[in-house]
Amino acid sequence: MQGAFAEHVRALEKSGAHTRLVRTSEDLEGLDGIVLPGGESTTMTMLMERTGLLEPLRDAIAHGLATFATCAGTIVLAREVVDGMADQKGLGVLDIAVRRNGYGRQVDSFEAPLDVVGLSGKSFPGVFIRSPLVESVGSAEVIAQYDGHAVAVRQGRIVALCFHPELTGDLRLHREFVKLAAAS
Amino acid sequence: MAERNGSRNGNGAVPRGIKGSFKVKAGLAQMLKGGVIMDVVTPEHARIAQEAGACAVMALERVPADIRKEGGVARMSDPDLIRSIMEAVTIPVMAKCRIGHFVEAQILQALGIDYIDESEVLTPADEENHIDKHPFRVPFVCGCRDLGEATRRIAEGAAMIRTKGEAGTGNVVEAVRHARAVNAGIRKLQGLNHAELVHEAKLIGAPVDVLAECQRLGRLPVVNFAAGGIATPADAALMMQLGVDGVFVGSGIFKSEDPLKRAKAIVAATTYFDKPERLAEVSAGLGKAMDGLEIPAIPKEGLLAARGW
Repeated sequence: MQGAFAEHVRALEKSGAHTRLVRTSEDLEGLDGIVLPGGESTTMTMLMERTGLLEPLRDAIAHGLATFATCAGTIVLAREVVDGMADQKGLGVLDIAVRRNGYGRQVDSFEAPLDVVGLSGKSFPGVFIRSPLVESVGSAEVIAQYDGHAVAVRQGRIVALCFHPELTGDLRLHREFVKLAAAS
Repeated sequence: MAERNGSRNGNGAVPRGIKGSFKVKAGLAQMLKGGVIMDVVTPEHARIAQEAGACAVMALERVPADIRKEGGVARMSDPDLIRSIMEAVTIPVMAKCRIGHFVEAQILQALGIDYIDESEVLTPADEENHIDKHPFRVPFVCGCRDLGEATRRIAEGAAMIRTKGEAGTGNVVEAVRHARAVNAGIRKLQGLNHAELVHEAKLIGAPVDVLAECQRLGRLPVVNFAAGGIATPADAALMMQLGVDGVFVGSGIFKSEDPLKRAKAIVAATTYFDKPERLAEVSAGLGKAMDGLEIPAIPKEGLLAARGW
C-alpha cells in the first residue's frame, strides 16, 4: 500500500520466494505468506480500510496465512495501540500492546545489534526508525529484546519486528520467513 | 553527530544504539515511499492531512503559492507554529530552512523535527554553498533539477531527494521536466565505462563516487520524490509512472475547493498510480483545483527552481 515494500521484495526474491504486491483483496488469492512492511501505520490502515482489504486480510491471517511484519506492520497487527490516532483501526490479531513512536522522534532513531532466538551466527543488525515500543506481550513468544522490551515476537504463523531487516542486506530473517511460509 | 547514549525518553528506556547514522536518516525516507507529503500551515490542516492518509506533513507559515504572491524574504517558520503542528499529528513532521542557512537547520533539529527540507521555496541564505548535512542527526531532503544537482546534494549529505518542479504554480510541467532529466541522466550512465563515467561526472558537475553508485543501482541511491506543481490525482499518478518514489503536494491541497476530499484522492492516486479505472474513480467530483500559473507568465527572477547550485 505504502512504505518500504520494494526493499522486502528484493530480500524475499533473494531468499528464493516469488512475490506479488498486494493492493486489493483479490491480490490475496493463493498466497503462502504476506509481508506488512514499514511505513506509516495510519496511512496503511486507512488505505486498507478504504479499499476493503482490512477484513479479508484479517480473515486470512486468522486462518493461518504466514505473516511477516516490520515496524508499522507490527502496529497494524497489534491487539492494542497506545498513542495512535484516536480512531486508528488495525487488525488486532497479534497479542501485544505497542506504543507508536515509543522510542521517540526521528532524531532518536538508532541502530543496535540484537540476539534473535533461532538465528545462528553473529548478532542481527537492528535498524530502528521511529520504531514502536512493545509495552506488553500476551500470548506471543518474545524472540528478541532490546533494553528490557520485546523487539521481535512470534505467535503461531506470525513473526513481527520493531526493526527493519529489509534495510540491512542480512537475509537471515527473510529466509526463516520463507521457510515458515513454505511449511503450510 | 552520531552519538551513543541518547537522552532518556518518556518511558524510562535508554536506547544505547547509535543514533543519526546515514542508514536511519535515509531509512525514514524509505518508509515514506508510495506516500504523499502535504504542506500544512495550521494544526487543523495537519489533522486533515493525517486523516486523508498523508505519510508526513511539511509545517509552513505560508504555502508556496502565497510566498510567490506576497514576495519578500521567505524564512524558516516560527518554532511555535512548528511545535503546534508536531503536537497535532503522529505522522512525521518536516520543516523548511533556507538554502545554506545551517543555523535555521540547527534550530529545526533542536525542535525535534523529523526531516529538514533545505528548500528553494525560501529565500536562499548562501548563493554558493548548501548546508553540510552530514553532521546533523536529523535527515535532510533537497530539491534537484537534474542528476548533477541531485548527486551534489547527496554528496553534501542529503538522505532524500525531490524534484524541484516549480512550487506554488499548480503546474506540473517543471516537475515532469526535472524527473525526466534525472531519469535520462541515469539511463545515460548505463553504457559508460569508468573513464567515461569520470568524464560524465565532470560534464554534469557530479561527484564521481555518487555517480558510480547511481550507475551500479540504475537509480538514485536515496529515495526520490516529486514536488513542485502537483495539483490533481492525475498529476500525482503521472509522477509515479515516471518512476518517482512518492509525491509532495504543496499549495495543491489547501488552495483547492475541498481539501480533505482532494487530499484523499491524491493519496489513493499515489497508491493506485498504474490503475486508470481507480484514477478515474478518485478524480471525479473533487471541486475546483487551485488556480494554476503558466511558467512563461512568471518573470525570470520569480522562478524558484533556479535557486540552488
